[in-house]
Amino acid sequence: MRYKQKRRIKLIIILAIIAFAAFLYFQHGINLGLDLQGGAHIVLQAQPTEEREINDSVMTGILSVIERRVNQLGLSEPLIQREGSDRIIVELPAVDSPNEAINTIGRTAMLTFRNSSGEVLMTGEAVKDARADYDQYGRAVIAFTLTDSGSEQFADITRKYMGKKIGIYLDNEQLTNPTVQAVIEGKGQITGYESAQAAEKDAILIREGALPVPVEVIETRTVGPTLGQISIQKSIRAGLLGLLLVAIYMVFYYRFPGILAAVILAIYGLILMGTMAGLQATLTLPGIAGLILSIGMAVDANIIIFERIKDELKSGKTLRAAIDAGFKRAYTTIIDANVTTIMTALILAYFTSGTVRGFAVTLGIGIIVSMFTAFFVTRNVIDIFAGSKLLRENKSFGVRKG
Amino acid sequence: MKINLSGSERGNKVDILGKRKIWYTISLVIIGIGLLFLLINGLNLGIDFNGGTLMEFSFDHDVTTEQVRAVLQDIGIAEDSKIQHSEESGTNGIIIRAKTLDSEEIVTVDNAIKSEFDSAEMLRTEMVGPTIGRELRINALLAMLVASIAIVIYISFRFEFRFAAISIITLMHDVLITIGVFAILGREVNTPFVAALLTIVGYSINDTIVIFDRIRENMKLMHKVPFIKQANTAVVDTLPRSINTSITTLITILAIYFFGGASIQTFMLALFIGMFAGTYSSIFIASPLLVTWQERISK
Repeated sequence: MRYKQKRRIKLIIILAIIAFAAFLYFQHGINLGLDLQGGAHIVLQAQPTEEREINDSVMTGILSVIERRVNQLGLSEPLIQREGSDRIIVELPAVDSPNEAINTIGRTAMLTFRNSSGEVLMTGEAVKDARADYDQYGRAVIAFTLTDSGSEQFADITRKYMGKKIGIYLDNEQLTNPTVQAVIEGKGQITGYESAQAAEKDAILIREGALPVPVEVIETRTVGPTLGQISIQKSIRAGLLGLLLVAIYMVFYYRFPGILAAVILAIYGLILMGTMAGLQATLTLPGIAGLILSIGMAVDANIIIFERIKDELKSGKTLRAAIDAGFKRAYTTIIDANVTTIMTALILAYFTSGTVRGFAVTLGIGIIVSMFTAFFVTRNVIDIFAGSKLLRENKSFGVRKG
Repeated sequence: MKINLSGSERGNKVDILGKRKIWYTISLVIIGIGLLFLLINGLNLGIDFNGGTLMEFSFDHDVTTEQVRAVLQDIGIAEDSKIQHSEESGTNGIIIRAKTLDSEEIVTVDNAIKSEFDSAEMLRTEMVGPTIGRELRINALLAMLVASIAIVIYISFRFEFRFAAISIITLMHDVLITIGVFAILGREVNTPFVAALLTIVGYSINDTIVIFDRIRENMKLMHKVPFIKQANTAVVDTLPRSINTSITTLITILAIYFFGGASIQTFMLALFIGMFAGTYSSIFIASPLLVTWQERISK
């Protein structure tokens, strides 16, 4: 009777673990990395100029301009963060034309008004607002308004350069080069755009202001939504196939305990998904590889335990005694073997970034969960079946009579 | 001693450690060939380490590399570019590898391809500047170094220093074989390759420790027999585990290699080679080296 009670408690523990894992998974879901859901990962590095060196206030300035540009582009759930002393990482999930977006985000966007000999007369700081618009001929233009001081300044300039050309430049790109025909105050137009969209792109840059120093795009990784979809489908299929083959092998080799191992593996998968969801870890493509690899490690833990129990059975112990001794001796082996792998995963996570870090993190989580599964789930599952005929039979654990 | 009786009997019959010179020779030959290729050809470093741009497009019909080259010619980046077919999307894919392009140039390529071919879809674009490439290289080496040191410390603490030293030799063996085979095959090496190498390091250690753990146990249980017999019994007794674990792991790796899509193939190939080498070395190199070490000391 006591044994039956114990067995019931063990069953409840396992079911509780499964239920909690399932709850976490359905509550939080799995965060997908940019390589799986599509999107752009951009690393920008601030470039010091002769007038300005890179310090915290310059970086804060860059950060806020980039944030405003990203918002103006209407991109959802962007992640913009500073890294190190002079870098900024921008992550844009589900962006339609990622390469265009990167080009807009990374521009210095210094607006200058220059005379024919290239001398700068006025900068974009004098501009209060800029919008895409159409002129009276229906051509796409940027209509800009000036600040109060800018307005005075521009009036002086247009008075002085009456009948001459004033070029308007965005960085070193000439937007337009009109001849001054009247004194201009308050507002003006930039003509020469092919479409309203093209005008709006530059309008955003002018409106949200220039970066305090130029930035260089030193790394970009963009994935279109199609590829992300394909990657998810393919790796899930491959992972399930792998699991199935492993389960077949385990059943073939270990017989009934092999079936238990396959069930434990499924429980392991569920706990792993629950943990990933609970920790809000991001799953990347290499991360899936890490997960699948940790499945290998989880199977290994079971193999080590089964082989130990087999050894104990061979030495003439009863099944119960063999299970006890087998687990006890397998514990140290599994811990020693896995601690080194966890250390490697941690070190890898520390020294790398992006998708490789995703791999290291999932591998680490996977190994820890696999140890938990081996010590709690496998132990309880084996105990539950220790009294059953299925485990008591001679062929159990593949022990050959002899 | 009753424990492991049947196993020990098997341990008497199968003599792995006695033939250690054969195993050493096999490994040295493979590593030697790999190093030779490494010296002559070097590794085929991808854009992650060398810097550069990679763009992949898919189309709804077959597009030849010449057609794409013609488009690149018009915008003046064809000369330094390598254009290849890819089957990533299951449809007709093209991969363009170029030098490091700036954001403006990338947009130009993107638009040029899309306006020339109506069905063109950008699958991925990767651009790595030279600074990042250098950093990745340094960080990869650093990660490898720190991991090795941490492992030596842990194993010295849990076992003995000689076990730690030999674990490191074993993992260098596995890493060298993997790098060597990549040099022989001329396969492209990117950051996932480094992740694969580090996984191999972890796996190799894991595999070796399971056997060392048994040797440690046998040193206590069978203290009257010579070390070579303690070690041989340990290797033979853990053989079922070593084989089962490597078979199950290799099955999953092969499944992902064949069905997981092209972008993950290099990663899986590296894992396959490394894990294979890791299983071999944990059985045929690690424990034999312990015996060789023991013999040198007692001389």
